[in-house]
Amino acid sequence: MAEQSYRDAIKAALREEMQRDERVFILGEEVGVWGGTYAVTRGLYDEFGAKRVRDTPIAEAVIVGAAMGAAMGGLRPVAELMTINFSLVAIDQIVNNASKMFYMFGGQFSCPVVIRTPAGWGQLAATHSQSFEAWYASLPGLIVAMPATPRDAKGLLKRALRSNNPVMFIEHARLYNVTGEVPDGDYTIPFGVSEIKRAGRDVTIVSYSRMLHVALAAANQLAQENIEATVIDLRTLRPLDLAPVIESVKQTHRAVIVEEDWVSCGMGAEIAARIGKDAFDYLDAPVERLGAIEVPMPYSKPLEALALPEEKHIIARVKEMVR
Amino acid sequence: MTNPATVATIQAASRDATLSVTREQGLDLWRQMILIRRFEERAEQAYTEGKIGGFMHLYIGEEAIAVGALAGLNPDDDVVTHYRDHGYALARALAPNALMAELYGKATGICKGKGGSMHFADPQKHFWGGYAIVGGHIPLAVGLAFAAQYQNQSRVAVAIFGDGATNIGMFHESLNMAKVWNVPLIILVENNQYGMGTAVHRASAVPDMITKALAYNIPAVQVDGNDVLAMRDVMMHAAQNARCGEGPQFIEAHTYRWRGHSMGDPQRYRSKDEVEKMKTRDPIARFENRLRESARATQDDFARIRAEVERVVAESIEFAETSPFPEPSELYTDVFAPEVVNG
Repeated sequence: MAEQSYRDAIKAALREEMQRDERVFILGEEVGVWGGTYAVTRGLYDEFGAKRVRDTPIAEAVIVGAAMGAAMGGLRPVAELMTINFSLVAIDQIVNNASKMFYMFGGQFSCPVVIRTPAGWGQLAATHSQSFEAWYASLPGLIVAMPATPRDAKGLLKRALRSNNPVMFIEHARLYNVTGEVPDGDYTIPFGVSEIKRAGRDVTIVSYSRMLHVALAAANQLAQENIEATVIDLRTLRPLDLAPVIESVKQTHRAVIVEEDWVSCGMGAEIAARIGKDAFDYLDAPVERLGAIEVPMPYSKPLEALALPEEKHIIARVKEMVR
Repeated sequence: MTNPATVATIQAASRDATLSVTREQGLDLWRQMILIRRFEERAEQAYTEGKIGGFMHLYIGEEAIAVGALAGLNPDDDVVTHYRDHGYALARALAPNALMAELYGKATGICKGKGGSMHFADPQKHFWGGYAIVGGHIPLAVGLAFAAQYQNQSRVAVAIFGDGATNIGMFHESLNMAKVWNVPLIILVENNQYGMGTAVHRASAVPDMITKALAYNIPAVQVDGNDVLAMRDVMMHAAQNARCGEGPQFIEAHTYRWRGHSMGDPQRYRSKDEVEKMKTRDPIARFENRLRESARATQDDFARIRAEVERVVAESIEFAETSPFPEPSELYTDVFAPEVVNG
């Protein structure tokens, strides 16, 4: 075990898989000479060269589409999209090609492409501060991973690079400097396995990506007032593993879902519906959802902060639920 | 900058290629074209009988492009095409039985009945599918061409689409990156004069599709798409260049679609006279005459091949009609490929 940043854990996964498998290559805007907008690929161009770390034009549709074609041709591409906001320019490729290929052609071939892209915010205003994971998670045929910790990021990315399916690998710009313990040696983490990051008897908090850290911080605060929360990290949004959530809710009788996305039609809506169906008789309170205020993101720092869910909101909501 | 002289040279070369074909080759090309036509005429009939559903886009009148183009490629060159894909699938020798069964939505279809008319595919034959979002498959062909380049293989990839697709962003993104990366990609545009019902001059800022290729410094050629040998020759030439590391190549083939855009198109955008006039340039009849005039084939040859094709097509209908529909359990299969963890 070694302490590593989320950024370095992702880079290590890329580096190790590129060493292990000649077919793995990276393409995207500024991934090579520049070293990646968020410095994730820094150093890989020098180590692996221009053939395997390929700068592209600003052309997201062909970045993703060509990555898929390369995968059909036997390679293992990693397409980096600078931010998830820009994935909208490639969304036809993701929706109509990546997630359909295996089914539409009767299981004859798939396109195992990994699309890496960060969500996040930071005074970037309305078009650069969005979360579209629920859109992508709604697609049968596309794996959506959204890791919160360096360990999970590395293990899931290595898994993605060995998968036979297309994977949307959503990182978070505000997590790149977060550090955590990362196991030594080669390991992978399977898709569709949620993880209980903290156990407690009073309430079940369900989260993923950066909001997991906010949820854990809130849980630690609540513990000081003798309210014990279970915190579950979904890690992948499709396949979605809600078995531990249902089991936990049967013990705690309360659930709150915390996401950074807008609440309407978000992941929380799906999870709440399933809890309502599978644990209805165990609930002592309505399932609660916390997420972004439903406005386009403003630039001004205090306004931006108001738009996002924080630790204090989780604490207040949980207290209302257990009262 | 590629200068227009390059274009002119290649055009001249293709015009000179009069009947550079043996008797066997010529009859095989003719057989492929008549197979496509008869397959589609029978499919059209089955559609009107309600046995085939959805959108079906017929290729009738354009057969020389698919047959000539694929004759100019190696069998392992990668093909990615648009939704008007019956002709290309047959020209790549996908089984007529499995194709007709796919149109019928049967379990024995080439895609188990899950794709239909617009999504024929057979990766074993490097036929990577028909795609139904206009221009959406061009990036895939760029990637396939890149995969060949990356692995030092001599394959080329070909992206096939109509004039309408040259107006969409993915076309331009693809041509630009293909040229920057210098991948062995051949872009084949079927200019059949209409994108659905919109004439080229009403949708494209430039009348010649090759102009768009030249903007990306890609060598481009215009060819009579109703001339199967000219098609074959320009494709061979383009493929040779792409294989030699000269990067993407562009072919604009002029043709005319006899049927509507898809089944049920009332064709308000063109006159019957125009259609009848264009039918006089029938690629199949023209090639038949040329083979006959050059004494490479006789009336008997064509009659024999026609009878053989009738048998093949009748068998495909019989196969499709007697095949079972997919089991209900098939609804749930093939959403994800089996996950295999290697190491």
